[in-house]
Amino acid sequence: MTDANATRPRTRRDAQFDKIRDREAALAGTRQRTGRFMSKFLNNRLAVVGFVIFAVICLMSLFAPLIAQHDPMSPNLRAIAKPPSAEHWFGTDKTGRDVFARVLYGGRVSILVGLGSALLSAIIGVIIGVYSGYVGGWLDWIAMRISEIFMSFPQIILVLLLVAILGQSLLNLIVIFTLTGWGGIYRMARARMLSIREEEYVQALRSFGLGPARIAYKHMLPNALGPIMVNITLSTAAFILQEAGLSFLGLGVPLSIPTWGNILNAAQDLRVLEQNWWIWLPVGATISLFVLSVNFIGDGLRDATDPSQQG
Amino acid sequence: MANDVALTVKGLKTYIYTNNRCNRALDGVSFEIRQGKTLCIVGESGCGKSVTAASIMQLLPTLSRIEEGEITYHGPDGPVRIDQLPRDGAKMRAIRGKEIAMIFQDPMTALNPVYSIGFQIKEMLKYHTGLGRSDRHSKAIDLLRSMGIPLPEKRVNEYPHLYSGGMRQRAMIAIAMSCNPRILIADEPTTALDVTIQAQIFELMDTLKRDHGTAIMLITHDMGVVAELADDVAVMYMGNIVEAGPVGKVLRNPVHPYTRALLDSIPVLGRGKDQEIKAIPGQTPDPYNRPEGCQFADRCAYRIGACDQMPDETQVAPDHRVMCWRYEEFAADAAE
Amino acid sequence: MQPNDPILKLRDVQVHFPVKTGVFKRVTGHVRAVDGVDLDVRRGEVLGLVGESGCGKTTLGKAILQLVRATQGTVTYSGEDGETELTSLDDAGLFRFRKRLQIVFQDPHSSLNPAFTIFGSLEDPLRHYGVKTREERRKIVGDLLEAVNMRRESMDRYPHEFSGGQRQRIGIARALSIEPELIVCDEAVSALDVSIQAQVLQLLMELKREKNLTYVFITHDLSVTEYLCDRIAVMYLGKIVELCDAEDLYANTLHPYSEALLSAIPVADLDKKSRRIVLQGDVPSPVNPPSGCPFHPRCRYAVDRCKTEVPELRRFKSAKGEHMAACHLIDQPLAE
Repeated sequence: MTDANATRPRTRRDAQFDKIRDREAALAGTRQRTGRFMSKFLNNRLAVVGFVIFAVICLMSLFAPLIAQHDPMSPNLRAIAKPPSAEHWFGTDKTGRDVFARVLYGGRVSILVGLGSALLSAIIGVIIGVYSGYVGGWLDWIAMRISEIFMSFPQIILVLLLVAILGQSLLNLIVIFTLTGWGGIYRMARARMLSIREEEYVQALRSFGLGPARIAYKHMLPNALGPIMVNITLSTAAFILQEAGLSFLGLGVPLSIPTWGNILNAAQDLRVLEQNWWIWLPVGATISLFVLSVNFIGDGLRDATDPSQQG
Repeated sequence: MANDVALTVKGLKTYIYTNNRCNRALDGVSFEIRQGKTLCIVGESGCGKSVTAASIMQLLPTLSRIEEGEITYHGPDGPVRIDQLPRDGAKMRAIRGKEIAMIFQDPMTALNPVYSIGFQIKEMLKYHTGLGRSDRHSKAIDLLRSMGIPLPEKRVNEYPHLYSGGMRQRAMIAIAMSCNPRILIADEPTTALDVTIQAQIFELMDTLKRDHGTAIMLITHDMGVVAELADDVAVMYMGNIVEAGPVGKVLRNPVHPYTRALLDSIPVLGRGKDQEIKAIPGQTPDPYNRPEGCQFADRCAYRIGACDQMPDETQVAPDHRVMCWRYEEFAADAAE
Repeated sequence: MQPNDPILKLRDVQVHFPVKTGVFKRVTGHVRAVDGVDLDVRRGEVLGLVGESGCGKTTLGKAILQLVRATQGTVTYSGEDGETELTSLDDAGLFRFRKRLQIVFQDPHSSLNPAFTIFGSLEDPLRHYGVKTREERRKIVGDLLEAVNMRRESMDRYPHEFSGGQRQRIGIARALSIEPELIVCDEAVSALDVSIQAQVLQLLMELKREKNLTYVFITHDLSVTEYLCDRIAVMYLGKIVELCDAEDLYANTLHPYSEALLSAIPVADLDKKSRRIVLQGDVPSPVNPPSGCPFHPRCRYAVDRCKTEVPELRRFKSAKGEHMAACHLIDQPLAE
């Protein structure tokens, strides 16, 4: 023995290993399956929590007229920039409008824009990407070029164009987000398809003479759902934030309509940022909470679609 | 202990902890590797043969550890307890590559595609030897030549994608042999290669053993490879060496029912269409739900009550050991 | 329809894949994956297709099933309704014949859809071939699983819950589901552990007897072909170099490549250990195959004639029926 002191130091992980080993030794032969069940339950619990938050925010926005006691649009000159109170839960903004009511009503537009455009672009991207990725050939080539055009086109110019032609509106915003957003999901779906296409079960289905649409949509798509779900949740978050930016520039939803983005824009004013925290903090927190909950749901859905994660 | 022993493993237990479960991947494994000899470790997937190699090289995954046992490397400066060295300490890194080298199953992924083959050999020389720049270059060329790679002066500057599968494995061996290690661990080195290429690699490994006296530990699942290359063989099943000994004894007179079943289950070239092959019933147990006692009992045709207890390692002959309760009957049977 | 009539006739089948290089994806050459194969598959036989990776055996298997379309040549199927040239049919026309020809794949991990239960994976082809109700489909899938020695209830479980051998059996059940006459087994046992390999081989043989199947068995493992096959075709660089009765290939090897291939296989029998012939170099690229005999650069018998003249498959004397080989140097071909 050259170095008696070279014995490896015990780490925190060693203690953890000991615990696992002892538990297994105690359970030897009884063939318990608690471990996997617990972890599965925990996984699902996050998704459930996400879903609850998501549902609460959605429902509150939906039933905003029943919950909010104030009109989100009408200014109250006697209560300008008041901190939270029993009357105004989240305080009032610089024109005396109730922030709580504005957050509720704003959620209606923001969620619609964010989730709506994410789902629409996902649907378009998946429909095109799954088929063209599997079939390949000229169809794939054309779809690829179109997506490149849309993705390389500056979004802001597209918005200016559409606003100039059709005027400012919510629908235009969704259309623009969908047009510029489908390319990402299309490319991801297509890339997944290209790798799944080489799997032997796809070859087997072909050898049975099944049609390409059936193979692509029924048999291959479920294996590509995981990353697509995650992408939808991420783009929902991105769209909500983009909506805020465009609205601020006066190109999105008109400033008079409350949206989460519009409300948050008040924080552009340094004085508001420093002194009137209640104007931007609650709405900021709501956005974060909502985006987080959507992400949890995405994770949960991904696990649910992956059977190897189930017990 | 004879002084030709290069490495001793004694009662090695390595457990793997993933998903909050404990897999007793190695459950008391003992063997030695001798200078100038090839030890073949043979077994099916999941039997722990690769974990054995990783334990020796200290290349185990993070969520695993050596629980018990000794791994002793008998180096030129006296014995070193590898299992007690810090995994990535200077000492371990000095042994890894210089004293004990390893080659892997898949030569396609074991080489870095963004560096030339020569660079990867020279890097090893740079870290483990005191050679100068130009010496390293000529040594790299020499190594490639001795591995049978044509035009080594040109090939040394080429990148892995220009090499074929067999040449990549030879380049891997060149890297492994660059510092003249005393032990070469080969983890299924030819599984990904064609038989005619496999024959080339075997020829090369035989040469290494003869000319350099390298101790080789070859991990394989193929009994044919064992018959072809091994001096000693250790048969593994579910974390135990169930039978070990010189290749002549183990293959001609197998004593453990698993060794026998394994040999009976493979078609042997040249025995024609009428040879009888016997499948082993069932399948290897789930490593997280191991049976009590002898791991092979559930699939064994000779099971008795005692098999609910793990049998001890017993010497059938001074150099031949087995883990089976009924070994005496089989040994007598084999002697007939 | 006699038992020995050809079920498939391949005439001058060629599969060439274009090689595209550069920014503009210009076709700069062709991979001659299959380069002119003439072959009859007889009803009820097991035909082995052996060779190293890149020799075109898998592509030929897929060309038989029309999963890859031949660039030249014909594949003709003959059944109760006369002969049909599969290569001239489009997808709709092929539909009727898909039912007759099926395939079992190598990799038990990617051959089943991980997102579906076993029933989900197996029911769609059945529905496609007119099994209308769910109850009927469940009954058929259950029967199939029992036919491959698995439990009926397995159908509601997911692929990841099964071991490699079980998945391979499910893959066989899927191929059987539409009652084919011919099954192409593409390395069907190569990825399995040795103890499981024997189970699957025996299952394949049982099913063949029961259901009167014909197999085209693609593998690189000559020990398995010797045990399993009636006739063996040895392929090298897209061409058949030797085609004969399975026992003849071992007892009376004609082609130098077959000879080297056989000698390179590690045999798990210490008494049968023979000197291995180590071939120099690698298999040449199928983009630029050598002139003349494709094997001549590695052949130890090669003469000048081999470099210029492509050898034809010629018929030689044999006790076991026909023995074909493509080599200039073998004497005494039989006149047609």
